[in-house]
Amino acid sequence: MQYLISVLDDGTNPGTEEEMAAIDVFNDALRAEGHWVFANGLSGPEAATVIDGRGGEPVLTDGPYLESKEFIVGFWIIEAADFDVASRLAAEGSRACNRRVELRAFHGA
Amino acid sequence: MSDIGSAIIRVHREEWARVVATLARRIGDLGIAEEMAAEAFAVAVERWPDEGVPPNPGAWLTTTAHRKAIDRLRRESRRDELHREALMRSDTPSPEPLGAIDDDRLRLVFTCCHPALAMETRIALTLRMVGGLTVAEIARAFLVQETAMGQRITRAKAKIKAARIPYRVPSREDLPARVTGVLAVLYLIFNEGYLTSGPGTEAVRGDLTAEAVRLTRLVRELLPGDGEVAGLLALMLLIEARRTARVSASGELVGLHEQDRGSWDRALIAEGHALVRARLASGEAPGRYQIMAAINAVHTDAPDVRDTCWNQVVALYDQLARVDPSPIVRLNRAIALAELDGPQVALAEIEALPLDGYHAFHATRADLLRRLGRGGEARDAYERAIALAGNTAERAHLARRRDQLG
Repeated sequence: MQYLISVLDDGTNPGTEEEMAAIDVFNDALRAEGHWVFANGLSGPEAATVIDGRGGEPVLTDGPYLESKEFIVGFWIIEAADFDVASRLAAEGSRACNRRVELRAFHGA
Repeated sequence: MSDIGSAIIRVHREEWARVVATLARRIGDLGIAEEMAAEAFAVAVERWPDEGVPPNPGAWLTTTAHRKAIDRLRRESRRDELHREALMRSDTPSPEPLGAIDDDRLRLVFTCCHPALAMETRIALTLRMVGGLTVAEIARAFLVQETAMGQRITRAKAKIKAARIPYRVPSREDLPARVTGVLAVLYLIFNEGYLTSGPGTEAVRGDLTAEAVRLTRLVRELLPGDGEVAGLLALMLLIEARRTARVSASGELVGLHEQDRGSWDRALIAEGHALVRARLASGEAPGRYQIMAAINAVHTDAPDVRDTCWNQVVALYDQLARVDPSPIVRLNRAIALAELDGPQVALAEIEALPLDGYHAFHATRADLLRRLGRGGEARDAYERAIALAGNTAERAHLARRRDQLG
């Protein structure tokens, strides 16, 4: 089963060196325990583009799809046996990056 | 009602959770387990009047439900390869190692009370899956539309499936926190029955309190060594024992001071006291439910309110405040303190509490002010309490007290 852990932020706190170091420690632990699939930080929502390809020509819209105070600044994709394992890792990830995270399962992965 | 009719109701009460729980483990799908259990009971209603109640009704129901589940999964597996996997699982025993506490019903309880679900969803799911209440009954209990309650339960089942919330007893390190979560669900069900919040219903809902007691008895059967489970059961029994004395013939809430103690249920009190004594004898440090049960044991020990050992009550509230330092605990401690040191001391204790939105805070203040002869302030406090109280019988009681101020 694969899960997405999204890191939520409101853009007011730039990441610190301590946070980066804690994230590295957490990532090493994920690799060591076989939970690692992929992780990375994202560029800001102001650099996002919404693409709607449902019509004939794709329509490109500048900016994020959802206007909200919080947005996703990074994510982990992890391998976990079930929700309880994933939520424990999500809590560790939240502690490491010092931000709230959202946990969602991938379909049938 | 016919003998068969009452037999089916009894079997439903005793076996529902076991049938759902066993099926959920075998087929790995809570939603199908619930539906097939309901179908099996429908078959029983149809057949048992002619064929008689089978010698082992629980096993009969589980087998019937399991067959129906397999039929359904076979039908679906033609469309959906994933279900074939579930079907395979149904023929093999659970791969999980069997722990000290291995009962499918316990898995079911922990899954329904999983922290990934919203509290109101945990309550609804527990009443449906473990308690066997119908969606209509649960909707009525919580004053929501049946369709809305049905959707809440359906969404919960979908989330359990999509997020892979596991069907198992939590690991040893997670167990205490998860048990606390289960007890919170049970206590909320009980409290909703004991002090119904909505208008237009009975002030005290004996059906809900009885259901909460029944579910807590089940959890105690499954976790006999847990002190807080025993504590919560004792607490509920000692409160439930006073239920009929709690509302007057005219529909007013009757406080502990004015209740007819002769109408208390002595059997429930004896059972509650025995549980409290056993916990005291264990020598283990008590949690909040055990301390609250002990407080209620002191109250129910007094033949008359004047015989209440208030010293002991205040000491127990001190102990509770160390475990649970909430302003509500301090408010309740002050109520007992008023009996020991007088209303002036108690009033000084509560004045600064951050409970302005809580009806019981204003009701307590009103009562203390009344006893101090400060009628005008008492009246204002009763007005605030009446405006905030959700329970009809409590409002009637507060209004009478206000009107007595003259």
